Amino acid sequence: MSTFRTEEMTLNMGPQHPSTHGVLRFIVRADGEVMREAIPDVGYLHRSIEKIAEKVGYHGFMPYTDRVDYVCAMFTNQGWGMASEKLANIEVPKRGEYCRVIAAEFNRLASHLLSVGTMGMDIGAMTPFTHAIREREMINDLIEELCGARLTFNYMRIGGVAWDLPPGWREKALAYLDHFDPILEEYNALLSFNKIYIERLANIGIISLEEAISYNLVGPNLRGSGMKWDIRKDIPYSAYPDFDFDVPVGSGEWGRLGDAMDRYMVRIREMKESVKILRQALAQIPAGPVLAKVPRNFKPPAGECQIRVESARGDMGWYAVSDGTAYPWRVHVRTGSFAAMGITQKLSQGLMIADLVTLIASLDVIAPEIDR
Amino acid sequence: MSMEPLQIYERVKERFGDRVLEVSEKKPDPFIVIDPSALVEVGTFMRDDPELAMDCLSNESGVDYKDRIEVVYHLFSYSRRHGAVMKIKLPRDNPSVTTLEEVWKSANWMEREIFDLLGVTFEGHSDLRRILMPEDWIGYPLRKDFVEPTEYHGISTIRESPIIRLDSKKK
Amino acid sequence: MPLLNTLPDYVLTTKTDELLNWMRKSSIWYMLFGLACCAIELMHTGGPRADIERFGATPRASARQSDLMIVAGTLTLKMALRTRLLYDQMPDPKYVIAMGSCASCGGLFQLAYSVCDGVDKILPVDVYVPGCPPRPEALTEGLLKLQEKIMSERWLARSSNGVAAA
Repeated sequence: MSTFRTEEMTLNMGPQHPSTHGVLRFIVRADGEVMREAIPDVGYLHRSIEKIAEKVGYHGFMPYTDRVDYVCAMFTNQGWGMASEKLANIEVPKRGEYCRVIAAEFNRLASHLLSVGTMGMDIGAMTPFTHAIREREMINDLIEELCGARLTFNYMRIGGVAWDLPPGWREKALAYLDHFDPILEEYNALLSFNKIYIERLANIGIISLEEAISYNLVGPNLRGSGMKWDIRKDIPYSAYPDFDFDVPVGSGEWGRLGDAMDRYMVRIREMKESVKILRQALAQIPAGPVLAKVPRNFKPPAGECQIRVESARGDMGWYAVSDGTAYPWRVHVRTGSFAAMGITQKLSQGLMIADLVTLIASLDVIAPEIDR
Repeated sequence: MSMEPLQIYERVKERFGDRVLEVSEKKPDPFIVIDPSALVEVGTFMRDDPELAMDCLSNESGVDYKDRIEVVYHLFSYSRRHGAVMKIKLPRDNPSVTTLEEVWKSANWMEREIFDLLGVTFEGHSDLRRILMPEDWIGYPLRKDFVEPTEYHGISTIRESPIIRLDSKKK
Repeated sequence: MPLLNTLPDYVLTTKTDELLNWMRKSSIWYMLFGLACCAIELMHTGGPRADIERFGATPRASARQSDLMIVAGTLTLKMALRTRLLYDQMPDPKYVIAMGSCASCGGLFQLAYSVCDGVDKILPVDVYVPGCPPRPEALTEGLLKLQEKIMSERWLARSSNGVAAA
């Protein structure tokens, strides 16, 4: 039996690549098709948003928070609004809280649609992506009527939201939700229960619960490993205590608990729960003002606080330090994607190169959340 | 089952005595300041103690005050549903402290970020190198006395405004 | 003036430049160079509603197979070196659209320490599309402007150093 001479390859999955999660780079050490290790290299989208906060002030920072995670920008707006309100002890009026929840849950739908669509596209299925974009366009129309922008909204302000719901918007939103329910079933039949898809996703990137907690994974990544934890239910904020919804958890039906298929199905089920919350919110919304009286020259007292918001990618922590002037002293955002990238180096050992793409897509990372 | 933050800090203080430098009751978030040399012991105690059970390091940030650099740790317990804030204070020139990577794995990347942007060295870290800035960047950007360089590899960082002011009254 | 006129059915009369330019503008293949928020709007422009593929523009993943580089998003200093490398890998004739205000001039990140203010510091840009992010209709307009620019190029009249006069 003759012996081969083999050596390890070092490949570069460079910052520009057709996957849509943004500019990420992996240095892959591979033995043929099986990887020894994939070392992530991030920082290609570091736009120093945290330092800019110290230059533009509290009100002026709101548009920059959109760019921290542009796919679900309403949650970042809400996080910064809540952090400033906690520092200055401001209470948001009830109708303002309901408007925040409605805008945020529509944004969660849009973000999960994009995540599911790009998951299909990374596997190789191009059609679900165009379906997801079609649904997203309709949600974009609704939100554009609400606040004027399609992607980076700047809708929320410190103390509430900027504008009230326009006349006729409730009916259009309810009509969209009636249209969305059967479409979700259609997408499930098209993609989720497809045999090839299940074989590509099951048993890839298995994360046990202790690892998930130690690496600080949040959101659908943590729920896919079996932990029933959602900030909206467990540390309730805003108007979420008024609504009745369930928190889906991964169950390991298609592979082992904590694999990519679990995380994917958690996102699909979360979309159904968001529709439930939206129907209740649109039915129960009270009358009143939407914005509390906040001075233009906003100077919260000196102190610091931390806020956690359940965004589409998980629990986002906002830590703000104030020194009593109109400019914050330090703002730090801890996002779910940062922790998820920290675990890819360990999870990639032993996977094939094509599975690396599946792994990143199932963790739902997005580059600006990592780099800020 | 879940404890108030001040009760948590009392429990840490009665275990560690005077290695706990300060317990502050400031609103809205009270915090505790500990001696940097006791960091790993306090962290391990907070994680393993059955009453506290802080199994998750939720956030680690560095803050540059004019006379010191602080590293702030936000801890959280999923089983008990309570959280705590722990701080250490370091001098501004050559700040360094032991790493918490052995206690909570999430500290790995967060400490790399603090090293990159503020210059705090973490002893015992497995892979301490720059994470967000380019490899050959000089300086620690998030410090208050950071001066932006005028060019990087031949690309200038200044852009003149193309607007020509026709009225001389406004600046 | 029509591009092609047919006298008897099997004769076409046109100018060589116009024929070449018409072929080039009708199938511009763009490289997926989405960096930040504008990348999502780029995906929407290639999506079902504002379909850019009816103009012949289809997305390619590799720089060596594309004619157009749509720089969509903020260019950081760390990424700028790689961008120049990718631009050099594209074959001639190549065009660049700077999409969004971050790629045109740095946008709202001009205060940042790690952002390159505008992609025209490292690449020659043909069309600037303003917006933050620009709507898909705006990007389509930018592509049509680029098509007009391509139609106005003259390849056969060469200047003395061998480069075509545009």
